[in-house]
Amino acid sequence: MFEFLWKGVLRDRSRSLFPILIIAGGVFLTVLFSCWMNGVIAQMIFDNARFETGHVKIVSRAYRKNIDQRPYDLTFLENDKLLQIIRKQYPEMIWQQRIYFGGLVDVPDSIGATKMQGEFSAIALDLLQDEIENKLLNLNQALIAGKLPETEQEILMSSELAKNLGLSIGEEITLISSTMFSAMTIQNFKMSGVIKFGTQALDKTAILLDITAARDFLNMENTASEILGFLPKYRYHEEKLQKISAEFNRKFSQKEDEFSPIMIPLQEQANMRFILEQSKTNISLILFIFIFVMSLVLWNAGLRNGIRRYGEIGVRLALGETKAHIYLSMIWEAIIIGFFASLIGTALGLAISYYLQIHGVNISGLMKNVSMVMGSTMRAQVTAKSYMIGFVPGLFASVLGAVFSGIGIYRRQTAQLFKELEE
Amino acid sequence: MNLISIKNMQKDYPMGLNKFTALKNITTNFSTGEFTGIVGPSGSGKTTLLNIIGSLDEQTKGEVEVLGYQIKRLNNKQASRLRSKHIGFIFQTYNLLPVYTVFENVEFPLLLLKELTSTKRKKMVEDALEWLGLTEKRDSRPSQLSGGQAQRVAIARAIVKKPQLVLADEPTANLDAENSHHILRSMLKLNKELKTTFIFATHDEKVIRYLRRKITLFDGEIAHDEKKEGKIK
Repeated sequence: MFEFLWKGVLRDRSRSLFPILIIAGGVFLTVLFSCWMNGVIAQMIFDNARFETGHVKIVSRAYRKNIDQRPYDLTFLENDKLLQIIRKQYPEMIWQQRIYFGGLVDVPDSIGATKMQGEFSAIALDLLQDEIENKLLNLNQALIAGKLPETEQEILMSSELAKNLGLSIGEEITLISSTMFSAMTIQNFKMSGVIKFGTQALDKTAILLDITAARDFLNMENTASEILGFLPKYRYHEEKLQKISAEFNRKFSQKEDEFSPIMIPLQEQANMRFILEQSKTNISLILFIFIFVMSLVLWNAGLRNGIRRYGEIGVRLALGETKAHIYLSMIWEAIIIGFFASLIGTALGLAISYYLQIHGVNISGLMKNVSMVMGSTMRAQVTAKSYMIGFVPGLFASVLGAVFSGIGIYRRQTAQLFKELEE
Repeated sequence: MNLISIKNMQKDYPMGLNKFTALKNITTNFSTGEFTGIVGPSGSGKTTLLNIIGSLDEQTKGEVEVLGYQIKRLNNKQASRLRSKHIGFIFQTYNLLPVYTVFENVEFPLLLLKELTSTKRKKMVEDALEWLGLTEKRDSRPSQLSGGQAQRVAIARAIVKKPQLVLADEPTANLDAENSHHILRSMLKLNKELKTTFIFATHDEKVIRYLRRKITLFDGEIAHDEKKEGKIK
């Protein structure tokens, strides 16, 4: 009997091919959309973390009060000791010191007079000691001309700033800023390379220099304005970060000492909690609507398929098949079709999502005037949830369609089904 | 011996707050080997009577006993069992399952009789196809058959399990004269050789000429019950 019914499913395209196409299509879109949205959020978190917030950030309590202004004059001193402690306390995490500061960049002419000037936002980081920052910021890929700094006097300049100032590789520039103690400071540097992150907010005015040079320049001996911490493999985990921050602050942060350190998780920086929650809510809502509509379509397809088969059901009843057997066979068909269709849809959705996770989509054309720290390559992200997010509704919608349409078999009198058959 | 016994049977259908009586005061018997027609104009209750005899429906009042089973007392499962084992149906519009071959359509009722082996099933289907002259069409799909051939497949499907009773509702309504006669001759042959009882619901003169017994329904009641003697033309 099973073989007989299976033959029917395979031969009747409106029972097999069309439902499979509809279900697989819906599941494929759900998986792809979900992975894409996962990727958008993950990319947004990663971009913000690597350039600005870290997964956690340690600053002085005083610095934190005006963190938007980057008040490096309010930073703590002797942070080498603090680094030793946190590296011991949280050995699995990656810790990097940074100084964010701004000022004027002055381009001299052949006799040393100002030829061009512009504003800069500098990120001082470890460019010479190890490769961590290089890898984190993907500097080799971001470098579009010249080379990475090899000495403390060499800097990297963002593409738009270099272009606006008319600078060539190897040219000398003068940075003008203020020290940690609010004195004016001026120093010459050499532009060793031009970088482009594809992040408009950085590409407009950024300068990258080694933190040792910046310490000399800003008179910030043995300190940094911010210490950024990252979870292993740079994987964001909200609850873990919350826990680590609470533990650190309980141990090391003192309310009465405004120069004692305080750890801030990513989600509590730069309005990120609101942005993340808003994004998650919006995505959940869109996904819910999407899955709901898809379920309706699939349910309707199942229902129509069931109703279309009332004629066949009438014959089978007349020939002596029981209502229960027909109903169960319809549900089994729906389970088998829903399973394979959901499998196909999920596999296709995951395959495309994996491709988009690796290769991404370049959206730089859409990002020209965006000041938010956001990469120009958007990627999908496949998570454990991605394997089920389309599969479950695909399977259930298909089965529910059969369940509801099959109820008609029970609600109608056998003779009524028979009459419909004759019409 | 009575195959079917009907006593004071009435069938009502609810119509809003009222009811519509489709059949009333029906009392009759059918014996083994009959070739009988229930005739009458449209709406006279022919199909309703056939449906009740076939356990597809049940009466409102009275008694209907088919092959020793009280129709009213049968639950869905028991009624299905009665149909699958003992009753064959032939429909006006053939109602073959379009995605299956002729062989598979004829085999289907046997699949419901779980006790048969596949070898036995195959033999029974081949015999049925041979009786109806359909052996060469065994692998064809219903869409590749003419109306007459499709109805012969429907007859093969109805008789393949060798039922005691075949109920045929307007079996020739969609066929031309030549095909109708061919079909009816096939049914007569089966009736004679297998002692299968045939009950038709029809108002087709071509069928009526073949009947040995004619029960005429009018407004839901039996108006005449005639038996023909002698050889059927």
